[in-house]
Amino acid sequence: MKADSGYFVSEDLAVGYRSLPLIREISLQVKRGEILTLIGPNGSGKSTILKTITRQLAAVSGAAYLGGEDLWRMPPKTLAQRQSVVLTERVRPELMTCWELVATARYPYTGRFGRLEVRDQAAVEAALRRVQGLELAERLVAELSDGQFQRVMLARAICQEPEMIVLDEPTSFLDIRHKLEILGILQKMAREEGVAVVMSLHEVDLAAKVSDRVVCVKGETIAACGPPEKIFSNQVIAKLYGIEAGQYDCRLGTVELAKPAGAPMALVVGGNGTGIPFYRALQRLGLPFAAGILWKNDIEAPVAEALAAQVFWAEAFLPPELEVHMSALNFLEKCALVADSGCPKVGLNEANAQLLWQAREKGVAVARSVEELAGLLGR
Amino acid sequence: MKKVRYAAVFAGLILLFLAAMVLNINTGSVDISLPEILRILFWREGDETAVSIIWKIRLPRLLTAALLGGALALSGFLLQTFFRNPIAGPFVLGISSGAKMFLALVTIALSPLLPRMPMPVTVLAAFLGSMVSMAFVLLVSGKIKNMSTLLVVGMMISYICSAVTDFLINFAKEADIVNLTYWSMGSFSAASWSDLRAASMVVLPASVLTFLLSKPISAYALGEGYARSVGVNVKAFRVLLILFSSLLSACVTAFAGPISFVGIAVPHITRLLLKTDKPALMIPASFLCSGVFCMFCDLAARTMFAPTELSVSTVTSAVGAPIVIWLMLKRRKGHEG
Repeated sequence: MKADSGYFVSEDLAVGYRSLPLIREISLQVKRGEILTLIGPNGSGKSTILKTITRQLAAVSGAAYLGGEDLWRMPPKTLAQRQSVVLTERVRPELMTCWELVATARYPYTGRFGRLEVRDQAAVEAALRRVQGLELAERLVAELSDGQFQRVMLARAICQEPEMIVLDEPTSFLDIRHKLEILGILQKMAREEGVAVVMSLHEVDLAAKVSDRVVCVKGETIAACGPPEKIFSNQVIAKLYGIEAGQYDCRLGTVELAKPAGAPMALVVGGNGTGIPFYRALQRLGLPFAAGILWKNDIEAPVAEALAAQVFWAEAFLPPELEVHMSALNFLEKCALVADSGCPKVGLNEANAQLLWQAREKGVAVARSVEELAGLLGR
Repeated sequence: MKKVRYAAVFAGLILLFLAAMVLNINTGSVDISLPEILRILFWREGDETAVSIIWKIRLPRLLTAALLGGALALSGFLLQTFFRNPIAGPFVLGISSGAKMFLALVTIALSPLLPRMPMPVTVLAAFLGSMVSMAFVLLVSGKIKNMSTLLVVGMMISYICSAVTDFLINFAKEADIVNLTYWSMGSFSAASWSDLRAASMVVLPASVLTFLLSKPISAYALGEGYARSVGVNVKAFRVLLILFSSLLSACVTAFAGPISFVGIAVPHITRLLLKTDKPALMIPASFLCSGVFCMFCDLAARTMFAPTELSVSTVTSAVGAPIVIWLMLKRRKGHEG
């Protein structure tokens, strides 16, 4: 039927509660071995979509196919053998070991009393090994850290031997190390076992890196859908999340808070990334500032763009234009403070050496470290 | 290692069960020696009064205590599974009080027609009452996800039912009041072989069916979503869970009156002994453990202040309530830690 277009396909799906459509016209496609990620603001309906395609919630209308078969009509046992989930509900039963928790995934394979055969035991062990959790096997679930618990829940999903794993915000509330661990395991499952992965993520930066396809969820229909390189532009993300204060930079996945309002009162002469701590310090102090002269291909360019009220730009690989140089010099006149980040002033960057020299000539205070900067500002 | 523990727990419970049986037969206003008991039990010979005391009074009473005790523990275990709350139980959730209210209603309504309530009517009335309270608790629990609120609601239902019962009693005949009061004290003393037969016709099949639910019960431990995702028919499962737990607690309430705290305390004692929550072990072990518990409580009730007999609920509360307090404290600590 739909086998060639993807392992999981939804067509014109509408989801919502009590037959009230929340989001309509959802058409998803995931092949085996692919990772599809839903991103979007809180409350946009990512979970509702995931609940519907895992049959936790009845669809309002539309069709869905899993391995070419009608998802709505599939017997529960067949579905359980093909699809497993990691949900946001975090029930931690007392007195249950990790091994026992993972073993609950063998439900669709065991008999009347759920006795675990040799094959089932091997599956539990393999799943725990997959998440590097074998040493947790005999630990009580109630005693685990959040990161360990999530890893064990992932092992549970793997132990069900699915062809598709659906995860609702698997990385939320985890520290960065555990986030990377979870996504690393999923990537491996997709690549090595050919599992289709569908998940929702809050971390836009991680979504850009791990996903083969990204779906933006906001409003009544899907806002955008495609490979990450097509989806991720600063404007799309800013619009999707309605970012008004601060900026998300898609190229590097960095997040900056809102720039201080007002006319610039200080100048940061940076370069090679050395200016970044100064930009952020001034942002924390709430002092509007200018940056430059900065080459557009400098590593700190996105940060300067996000935080500085004004940037004296130089085109990549080219000497700064005279006009830019002049306006930077002019700016020194009304500037209370200059920060010298200590970037080597050689080659084209000699322009900045001149700028600093001018500043000293004019008697503008020059800070060479963040502490000095704060000191000069009396903080 | 674990298997040794399980085997030890079961062996210990069986030994205690036998000990409770012997003590229950042996202790009372008429002393009967152990060899004589055995002779009476296996050959039905010996002193005629002794034979009749053992066969007509003590044996049906202790077996009823064991059977209904087991039913209470299972009912508590099922409710704890259903609400995922360690202090859920038929008494706490107001289910026993609902049964009492209905029974009072039926007794008073039917007393002009029937001098003595026939057993099936009592059972049916208690069962209906349980179901009505349970339905109400379910209705509320659908709206309130907070478990401590649910318990408060259960307690309030309990009070409402008691108020209605007290109100009804004002209009009851003296004989009915005596009957109701006696019934509401909770006791195994009126047990006869025919009661035992009737109760076991409900309790035994319900217990076996509960045991057959072990697999979905263990899948349910991670929550409804996960249970559904491994292929449990959650809707049907929840209906069965509620049906069996109400049936079991209604049966106990009908035959022995409301008996408090067994449903909460015993599954926990069993859990502590087994150090696992696996339903396939928990179900038979709590049944056994509760049988032992109730036989000892009944023994205490009838011997501690003999010839005055306490209500068995007095004893179970005295033992069970501290356990519940301890559980709540322990849980609070777990949440903070």
